[in-house]
Amino acid sequence: MKLTLKIWRQDSAAAAGRFESYSLDGAGEEFTLLEALDKLNDTLVETGQVPVAFDSDCREGICGSCGVTVDGVPHGPVANTPSCRQHLRSFADGSTVTLEPFRSGAFPVVRDLAVDRSGLDRIIEGGGYVSIDAGTATDADAHQVSHETAEAALDFAACIGCGACVAACPNGSASLFTGAKLMHLTLLPTTRQERGQRATGMTAAMDEEFGPCSVIGECVEVCPAGIPLTAIAGLNREKLRSVLRGKTS
Amino acid sequence: MTASLPADASALTPNDVRTIGDAIAGGQPTLGGPNAWADRKLHYNLVSPLNRHKFRIIVVGTGLAGAACAAALGEQGYDVHAFTFHDSPRRAHSVAAQGGINAARARKVDNDSLARFVKDTVKGGDFRAREADCWRLAEESVRVIDHLEAIGAPFAREYGGQLATRSFGGVQVSRTYYTRGQTGQQLEVAASQALLRQVAAGTVTLHTRSEMLDLIVDNEVEGGAARGIVVRDLVTGRIWSQTGHAVVLATGGYGNAFFKSTLAKNSNVSAAWRAHRRGALFASPSFLQFHPTALPLGSDWQSKTILMSESLRNDGRIWVPVQPNDPRAANDIPEAERDYYLERRYPAYGNLAPRDVASRAARDEIEAGRGVGPLHNSVYLDFRDPLARLGRPVLAERYGNLFEMYADATGDSPYAVPMRIAPGAHFAMGGLWSDYDLMTNIPGLFVGGEAGWAYHGANRLGANSLLSANVDGWFTLPYSIPNYLAPLLGTPVLADDAESVLRAVAETRASVETLAASPGTQGPDRFHRRLGEILYAHCGVSRSAAGLAEGIRLIRNLRHDFQADLRVAGDADGFNQELERAGRVADFIDLAELMCIDALDRDESCGAHFRLEHQLGDGEAARDDDNWSFVSAWERGPEGTYLRHQEPLHFESVQPETRNYKTS
Repeated sequence: MKLTLKIWRQDSAAAAGRFESYSLDGAGEEFTLLEALDKLNDTLVETGQVPVAFDSDCREGICGSCGVTVDGVPHGPVANTPSCRQHLRSFADGSTVTLEPFRSGAFPVVRDLAVDRSGLDRIIEGGGYVSIDAGTATDADAHQVSHETAEAALDFAACIGCGACVAACPNGSASLFTGAKLMHLTLLPTTRQERGQRATGMTAAMDEEFGPCSVIGECVEVCPAGIPLTAIAGLNREKLRSVLRGKTS
Repeated sequence: MTASLPADASALTPNDVRTIGDAIAGGQPTLGGPNAWADRKLHYNLVSPLNRHKFRIIVVGTGLAGAACAAALGEQGYDVHAFTFHDSPRRAHSVAAQGGINAARARKVDNDSLARFVKDTVKGGDFRAREADCWRLAEESVRVIDHLEAIGAPFAREYGGQLATRSFGGVQVSRTYYTRGQTGQQLEVAASQALLRQVAAGTVTLHTRSEMLDLIVDNEVEGGAARGIVVRDLVTGRIWSQTGHAVVLATGGYGNAFFKSTLAKNSNVSAAWRAHRRGALFASPSFLQFHPTALPLGSDWQSKTILMSESLRNDGRIWVPVQPNDPRAANDIPEAERDYYLERRYPAYGNLAPRDVASRAARDEIEAGRGVGPLHNSVYLDFRDPLARLGRPVLAERYGNLFEMYADATGDSPYAVPMRIAPGAHFAMGGLWSDYDLMTNIPGLFVGGEAGWAYHGANRLGANSLLSANVDGWFTLPYSIPNYLAPLLGTPVLADDAESVLRAVAETRASVETLAASPGTQGPDRFHRRLGEILYAHCGVSRSAAGLAEGIRLIRNLRHDFQADLRVAGDADGFNQELERAGRVADFIDLAELMCIDALDRDESCGAHFRLEHQLGDGEAARDDDNWSFVSAWERGPEGTYLRHQEPLHFESVQPETRNYKTS
């Protein structure tokens, strides 16, 4: 099939960006979006041009490295699917596809389609962890966790940290990301001593760099890990709980 | 520069491509067996809590081994500098491991034990692992689960609330702990959270989008010592030095030499290879596992052979049509005309035969014309029977995300038609050689996780890779590194303007500039693709002397072409992924040559290293313990020549035998 790819080109965070159009011939419907970029880059190099920079790594939807805005939608036309698992069969032969980086004030462009998402790590640094040192844990079989609870924790823990939720939100909010981490940890038995402190610390870090929740829910439409909107309800609950109790636990 | 070639490449013999060096010692405790690790720890030097902040440790890589090591050392109070080329520590390729992590907790009454774990692992590795290390792996596996559960990995639970387990290949007990099909992700997320906790605490300084390009060795110290690294900031292009008292390489495996593999696209060998070029020995480079359940190749532009977890073999049944080139759809082939060849050939283990055995059996069927799919390059993995027996909800809970991933990649639902799978390059059992304390032959240079070599011999058992990375990172390096550091109390790190630092930085800058200025016409991926084709053809699931000799010839030609016709688009002083790839491909080419040399040299079959000249009557690997019961540890000489040292292997707990997965 043949596509016209209209791609955002920007040399660095400080440089001005612009769209450039490229013709991609000979791609197959079974190509992923990133394989199409691989093929385009091969041609660009061969013809003496500079290839398009984009982040990607595992190419199977688990590492969270990739993230391209496709025709205005973070990751692409198939809902809840990362860029590396979007296929060209979603596009009509001969059509024009617009590719941009994830758009958010909290994600400065590094180059072309690659952005800096380190703000998400700073939210984790705010308290998204369990303060148990190596070797000091109790026997994991000594406490029981219901099957249901473990599965629910995993539903929230499945977040791949791609930042699509932030890019989809008109406010650039990281509420879904932060709520998923709070819910993941809150559901587990070994994490309760820091429950209040975690909510306070993570939301403070979140508010430093990201906008408030827009209460619209675009985030869950794009989330490749299927994190449910209850994560944001959980975020609000954990935050309120920590304020009312005024304790670290 | 490489040695000149004989006119007829097939005349290349091991003596043309290597010389034989010395026997080396692994430094394992003389007291073997279950008490060895406790005894070794008792004799380690300690660093007082008051002095720990005076030691600076560089950890390269933030996968399970690296993040764990950095976090655990940070928790103890050391001054840690952690490096990753990713934009976030959580993205390391550990994240993609699916099926689970083994632990010899032996809570069930299925007769598991530490000794059985060691036996399974040593036998699974076809008696080419260091047995003492396997005992440590077994012992520390117990608290790895406790720790990871405590720091946030939501392990699957039974309905009674206890930790759930399942079985993996090469094992007859149930010792694999898991979180659906995303165990690696959950462990990696937990470990990177622990790392970020130390970043917040100020003990770990994290350097993201920073790639190690060289090792700084201080030769003023007698015997040399690793005292820093040269790093390229991938965003700005700045090349700088980080010095410290010790360096840990936890930089993963090198399966991407095959270009199409189960690995992430950016996984590479460069950090380990640059250390090798500075003198670190490289162990068993040809021991590369082919995973039997990867997605088959479809098109030229397919990024990789995506892994489908081995856990699928708990329920899925592998088969091919009895008739070669059977044109019928899978579901139209009646039961009597299906060959469940693993169940037939290996009744005791069935579909859970170890990976090397399963990959070779698949290759046998495909080469005999019974391969399925449009390119006849795969076999079926069928869930029809378990679907009927267990029902769809049970299968969805066990394998839901894997089935989705498969359907997404291929357009077929495994609930409706059998999966198609094929062997794909996967895990590197080989890696930088280290002693029992995980220190390489360069004092102060440590290695952890897949970048190292010791546990898995010539074939890794499923779910032992997450385990070895965790045992190294959380429960081995935090003991053995202080043992090395203690006598260095009061020794300052190298100054940034020390001669060895300046020289390493200058050399790196010069080589990056040379690479960036390459005047040819083809990007690095073009050469990488060709390299992968050469390796699959000549150093793949099965190997031969003539094939390996031809492989070496082709790789040397490829290196020549690479040097003559590489083009690196863009500049050296900014974010330039072509430049990153060019450096990595150059190292892969060198590594690939050494892989072939090692495979040509090792004149036996063992585990994943299957030499066609050495097979038993039934097509099983013919190991040669009389001549090859050692690990090869390669030293790189001047002008790309190689010297093979050998560490003899001793087995006290598990007596070497021919592996039998048919009856026991």
